[in-house]
Amino acid sequence: MQVNEYKPLIVAFCCNWCSYAGADLAGNNRLAYPADVKIIRVPCSCRVNPMFILRAFQRGADGVIICGCHPGDCHYTSGNYYTRRRMAALFSMLDFLGIERERTRVEWVSAAEGAKFAATMNDFVEKVTALGENKRLEDLRCKK
Amino acid sequence: MQKITREQLIEKASALLSNSTVSCVLGWGMGEFDYDVTPTTFNSVEELEKGFVFSDFCGANFSKYLVKKAAACEGKILVFLKPCDTYSFNQLLTEHRFDREKVYVVGIPCEGMADINKVKAICGEGILSIGSKGDKMTVTTLYDDEPVSIDAKEVLAERCLNCKSKKHVAFDELLGDEGDVIESNRFDEVARLEAMTPDERFAFWQNELSRCIRCNACRDACPACTCEKCVFDNPNSGVENKSPANSFEEKLFHIIRAYHVAGRCTDCGECSRVCPQNIPLHLLNRKFIKDINEFYGEYQAGAEEGQRAPLVDYTTEDLEPGEVFDRRDSDA
Amino acid sequence: MQRVGVFVCWCGSNIAGTVDVKAVAEALKSEPGVVFSTDYQYMCSQAGQDMIKNAVKEHNLTGIVVCSCSPRMHEATFRKTAAAAGLNPYMVEIANIREQCSWVHKDMLSGTEKAIILGKAAVAKVNLNAPLTPGESPVTKRALVIGGGIAGIQTALDIADAGFPVDIVEKKPTIGGKMAQLDKTFPTLDCAACILTPKMVDVAQNDKIRIFSYSEVTDVQGFVGNFDVTIKKNARYVKEDICTGCGACVDKCPMKRIPNEFNLGMDNRPAIYIPFAQAVPKVATIDPNACNMLKNGKCGLCAKVCTAGAIDYTQKDEYIEEKYGAIVVATGFNPISMDKFDEFAYSQSKDVITSLEFERLTNAAGPSAGKLLRPSDGEHPHTIVFVQCVGSRCESCAEKGKEYCSKICCMYTAKHAMLTRDKYPDTEVYVFYIDVRTPGKNFDEFYRRAVEEYGVKYVKGMVGKITPEGKKLKVQASDLLANKQLHIDADLVVLAAAIEPDKSARPLATMLTASMDTNDFFTEAHPKLRPVESPTAGVFLSGACQGPKDIPETVSQAGAAASKVIGLLAKDKLTGNPCVAGSNELICNGCSSCANVCPYGAISYEDKEFRMPDRTTKVRRIAVVNPAVCQGCGACTVTCPSGAMDLKGFANLQIMAEVDAICK
Repeated sequence: MQVNEYKPLIVAFCCNWCSYAGADLAGNNRLAYPADVKIIRVPCSCRVNPMFILRAFQRGADGVIICGCHPGDCHYTSGNYYTRRRMAALFSMLDFLGIERERTRVEWVSAAEGAKFAATMNDFVEKVTALGENKRLEDLRCKK
Repeated sequence: MQKITREQLIEKASALLSNSTVSCVLGWGMGEFDYDVTPTTFNSVEELEKGFVFSDFCGANFSKYLVKKAAACEGKILVFLKPCDTYSFNQLLTEHRFDREKVYVVGIPCEGMADINKVKAICGEGILSIGSKGDKMTVTTLYDDEPVSIDAKEVLAERCLNCKSKKHVAFDELLGDEGDVIESNRFDEVARLEAMTPDERFAFWQNELSRCIRCNACRDACPACTCEKCVFDNPNSGVENKSPANSFEEKLFHIIRAYHVAGRCTDCGECSRVCPQNIPLHLLNRKFIKDINEFYGEYQAGAEEGQRAPLVDYTTEDLEPGEVFDRRDSDA
Repeated sequence: MQRVGVFVCWCGSNIAGTVDVKAVAEALKSEPGVVFSTDYQYMCSQAGQDMIKNAVKEHNLTGIVVCSCSPRMHEATFRKTAAAAGLNPYMVEIANIREQCSWVHKDMLSGTEKAIILGKAAVAKVNLNAPLTPGESPVTKRALVIGGGIAGIQTALDIADAGFPVDIVEKKPTIGGKMAQLDKTFPTLDCAACILTPKMVDVAQNDKIRIFSYSEVTDVQGFVGNFDVTIKKNARYVKEDICTGCGACVDKCPMKRIPNEFNLGMDNRPAIYIPFAQAVPKVATIDPNACNMLKNGKCGLCAKVCTAGAIDYTQKDEYIEEKYGAIVVATGFNPISMDKFDEFAYSQSKDVITSLEFERLTNAAGPSAGKLLRPSDGEHPHTIVFVQCVGSRCESCAEKGKEYCSKICCMYTAKHAMLTRDKYPDTEVYVFYIDVRTPGKNFDEFYRRAVEEYGVKYVKGMVGKITPEGKKLKVQASDLLANKQLHIDADLVVLAAAIEPDKSARPLATMLTASMDTNDFFTEAHPKLRPVESPTAGVFLSGACQGPKDIPETVSQAGAAASKVIGLLAKDKLTGNPCVAGSNELICNGCSSCANVCPYGAISYEDKEFRMPDRTTKVRRIAVVNPAVCQGCGACTVTCPSGAMDLKGFANLQIMAEVDAICK
């Protein structure tokens, strides 16, 4: 019965101009998604340092998602293009180290896409829940 | 094994010192053992003759030393650079880490450097001396009456077996012939790991990284790690820590270190050479290099001065982070 | 340690319905730094705000956390409240427990739990907040307009009209640009010169406007409100202030066979010349590559005939440094080179011309005095073929043409065809097109008139090959609608060449750190909402440098750019966003990574002397952020390996504290 009680901890970094507004819109439209998702507001997705992501995993997050404006729509013109390269490289590296790739995600959510925000979060929470607790990044050495 | 000799290098350095082209020389100095060679600054012909060495154990990449030494030397500093070192040299120039005018580069040919661990694996511990004769290496140990002769090729370091270039991409003067970029199989091991299941990869890295003692040797030797203050040493960075405070820290350290040098790492292999725990750290860097090549087109850091590193660049058509995996899955 | 006050809003039942607000206030009481915690029905109401103000005084609060609706809603409100209470407005953090909690979670238990965690994150962040003050910078009340075509002229006139001084830098000897070369303008067919030259005169006579003709911008430093610009005035070997433009020198100059740029090389001009009669400034210019006196010291005729004494063979290029508050780019366009379109025989026959050449041929001031004559033999052409989209919408031939639509060709070709049929009804006129695109006021009516009233033969299909044969041009084309091959013996072929940004735009963009697209058109700060601003603050876009456009569009964009400039120059001081990046010079490597990713060119480098622990001094290269230019995206902070670069208001430690609080 333990499995049913497992609630993942999800950290979502949202850019102020698009995705955070998209999350607000999801709220305005009362589109439900699990309370496991905790949003941190950043000015732009390019503000998200890989260190923050690793830090979240280190402190027990089970999944980290980064949301930004759609490519081409960045408030700062090019911020999310850098995000795209950085996260492609970082997530590929985490995968290389044996971290489940479903624990990390980048999603472009515009201020008009409240429904996409809620759907994305529902899907992400579902995937991470299926994986269960993040042990690999929280604890590297055999702690069995 | 090396085509160039200690005497030739001393002769060149002495000439440049004597005609005042340079006022000091960055070279390899005698350490405690024959295989324990130390980067040293020489200020005179006498010092050179007394302490300068050149052998199959002169693997150290001097480029990084220029960040501090170039400014400290009164006039120009002479530096001997092997082909792979010149890539780091260019990369550091691109990042404005030293003044090109302060450095006189003599490019020297390299036949590949030896890995002392491989020598020890054959000859055992207690090595007293190592000599070199043609393709052979003569090893005298405490426990053997007769010196053991081994094939120098057999003890080549991994990075030299996978040498990517014999070409000097920066120099003022070249000793020996100009070499070429080499087709290597350096990504094979990365590809082998990529083909594993996540569980296998995790087990592999768990085994490797759990040996880390956080001595920081990899960082200290890395020519891309020349920060005025490393985030891991900075009490205000929020991630400072030196001792292996908890089990995750090493992993965080190595991921972040690899990420910080991604796109800037020239794959010189110093990190793995200096690791006392023999962790194949270069694989992390090569993973980034391989990915960058595959995602954004072939890129060799340091091939030219002034290149824009892939992670500080973009195109509007770049692939999505999610597509990275889709692509890999469809390849598999 | 901060003294933090926590204020939990019910938002009526909006929050209180799903979140136990009292429990949230209670739970946050024990967070580090929190000295006061309460809840209230409507925090944003006057009573709620007063409650905050009173609590600040009563509990000596240094930081405020409001657990309420989205910061996008009321962050500004609560910042004002804080300021009214004597706190720095940036000592406020909002925990969004409405849009991102009570409204999306149905369950009281999990909603309350999450609200507490969000509150904790906000408290953790505010503990690390520092008072921020927006930077102020003065504004130089003068604008620079680069390019003196209709875009630049209109922008300059509008800015000057508002009372601000403007300088126009034009690389040609006269302002006027492409419009000065045109004959008539669509869709009204009024003559280009009649509507343009009065504007040029207005510019010349406006005491707020200075014209630097035959000049170019060579360096731009500084930032919005404070640009330092170097302008190179090329030597024209004629003293501008003395020359009366009488033209005596032009008549006497013996070097008369220099291809005339203004007429696109279809006739000749002397070595000393005035581009056209209505040139502004109307002064002569000596072409140093053609003048005998300048090349080998023999001649000097112009100096002899100049009664004003304006000729000066010793003139040197002059560099002028000037300060500007705003810069408008109006560098315009050019038709692309036809060299690579050999199938149209442009280089083989003089009778294959571009549309701009056609404009000159039909212009009363052109090489044939407005008579439509074949360039090869001066005879009247009876069959004319117009080819549209030469190099435009050229996806398959990207190496010679452009992928985009040049936008203006459909309309000017309709104009050319119509005018030809009007003046010379005995002429057969064919137009080959891919599509006819005529969106615009009175545009489609115009095109239909060409077809219906003037009998222009529009054929959907492309011309495959043109072969000069005797006096004729054999045109081989396909008619896609009739599905057949056409063979036409034409006397004149007119190619609607694609247009591209002027070549001077790319180096200029580098100087301005303004971004460009792959076609070298300047990009806007926002394609819909900020179409006349470049992403670089203080740099504005006018005309075809931003994308192909016709005259009405250019003029309206010019006016829009001018109004943006006026809005900027009207301010005495610019107040910045205080949440900007800053570099810790003690740990900066000077590696330039941050400058590489900065979309605004806000980061520069300087060599600074540092005193080392061993009492020596060391000079290091360090990054310096200009707070007036930085927009606070944070791209630089992540690219900085040493962590020297950080963002105020969203600092590394602040975000990590939020992460930690959430993951606790």
